Amino acid sequence: MTDTKVLTAQSHAPRPPDPAPPSGSAGRAFRALVARDIKLAAAQGAGGLQVVVFFAVVVTLIPFGLGPDLPLLEAIAPGVLWIALILASLLTFDRLFQADFEDGSLDGMVCGPLSLEGIVFAKACAHWLTNALPLIVATPVLALLLNMKAGVLGLLLLTLLVGTPGLTLIGALGAGLSVGVRRAGILIALLVMPLYVPVLIFAVGALEQAQRSLAAGDGVNFLEPNALFLAAASLLAGLIGVWAGAAGLRLHVGG
Amino acid sequence: MFAFANPHRFMAYSGPLVPWTGFLAALLFGVGLVWGLVFAPPDYQMGDTVRIMYIHVPAAWMAMAAYTFMASASLASFVWRHPLADIAARAAAPLGLGFNFLALVTGALWGQPMWGTFWVWDARLTSFLVLFFFYIGYIALWEAIEDPHKAGRAAAILAMVGFINVPIVKFSVDWWNTLHQPASLIKMGAPSIYWTILTPLLIMVAAYTMIFTFLLLLRMRTEVFTRRIHRLQSSLAAGTEEPALA
Repeated sequence: MTDTKVLTAQSHAPRPPDPAPPSGSAGRAFRALVARDIKLAAAQGAGGLQVVVFFAVVVTLIPFGLGPDLPLLEAIAPGVLWIALILASLLTFDRLFQADFEDGSLDGMVCGPLSLEGIVFAKACAHWLTNALPLIVATPVLALLLNMKAGVLGLLLLTLLVGTPGLTLIGALGAGLSVGVRRAGILIALLVMPLYVPVLIFAVGALEQAQRSLAAGDGVNFLEPNALFLAAASLLAGLIGVWAGAAGLRLHVGG
Repeated sequence: MFAFANPHRFMAYSGPLVPWTGFLAALLFGVGLVWGLVFAPPDYQMGDTVRIMYIHVPAAWMAMAAYTFMASASLASFVWRHPLADIAARAAAPLGLGFNFLALVTGALWGQPMWGTFWVWDARLTSFLVLFFFYIGYIALWEAIEDPHKAGRAAAILAMVGFINVPIVKFSVDWWNTLHQPASLIKMGAPSIYWTILTPLLIMVAAYTMIFTFLLLLRMRTEVFTRRIHRLQSSLAAGTEEPALA
């Protein structure tokens, strides 16, 4: 009982101000964290490649499931590629914070100059570079399999580049809320799926608009409304992912 | 709100309230269903199939209201650390899920004779289905994390993030060109439903609200009792006899 008395006395006394971290060290910590995560992912070797293989497997299964009719495949190709990429990347989010949480590195990072939001953003950047970027690089080859035309392919790559950062941060949100849960893969997919819907709707909307305008003989407009909404949705998703992902992580790391 | 922060006081007030809300719910359902399904006039366009509206519309409203309740309780729990708020949010979630499911099913049954299809991917139905998955994700997160306090805070974050979907569902019929009919009650200007159909509809809304309150109080009381039992069991196992703090 004396412990509680001591604690209340301490909590009433004025705290000395926290020493400010040396200027610029947050930026240095950010770059160091991104570099560390990339090196770790590269050391694991097969990780990024597995994701690409899964992506290729899903896309290859589509003609087996829906028939090899080329016009049909061309019509559904943008949506199929987006969905396959989402499915492939959903598998990877449970590993985002798990290893660092389990061996205590996350607690160490929290003591450093980088805020938890910065840590989430840094790890998501590294995740995007090692998972989403290989998938985007693999997309043109798989788009060929689905008979996609070059103009639409360009817009597809642009929508992927704009949309996947937001999706990665929403995945970080799911991973942050469920860190410490065993076999959290499906749980993260369930939490994250409703938040993915707006980005997917706008991306595929922009691509279908491009397909229609190409068929009508006009060029592809890269700045039409769906594409702009995609950028806005991705940005908003990113902000929510950083804030809520850090809030979720704070529950598990601080306690 | 903080008047009921004390679990003992909440239990004392909610105890006698439970049978009353249950009785009121039964009464309102009886009156509303009989009036709506038997005595209310048929619609001039839809005929007698309009009667499914008395089940579908209040269910859809309650699904949204339950999520709003969940999000507000989550805010109270997360920001002000109100002791009973996370229990309230957790209790409301399966009820909202049930209302959501009921609205989806009754809507599909109504859509087949009216629109010729059980389902269409327009903005209202799609966003309402997404709300269904938000509910499932919320409940799954509660079940996945073992420590109930951590689970409550994680779920609170999820509920607050997901609240963005509720205004999207509400305004989807205004923002997009949808097959689902636009708002006829909660909109600018007076409601555009005649009183002979509006009155049984409002009675059904009251009935659904009463049954939500009844089930919510029941579930919250059960959760408080369960936590007391767990605390007693763990203090028994530890060999100490501490007074239960609810």
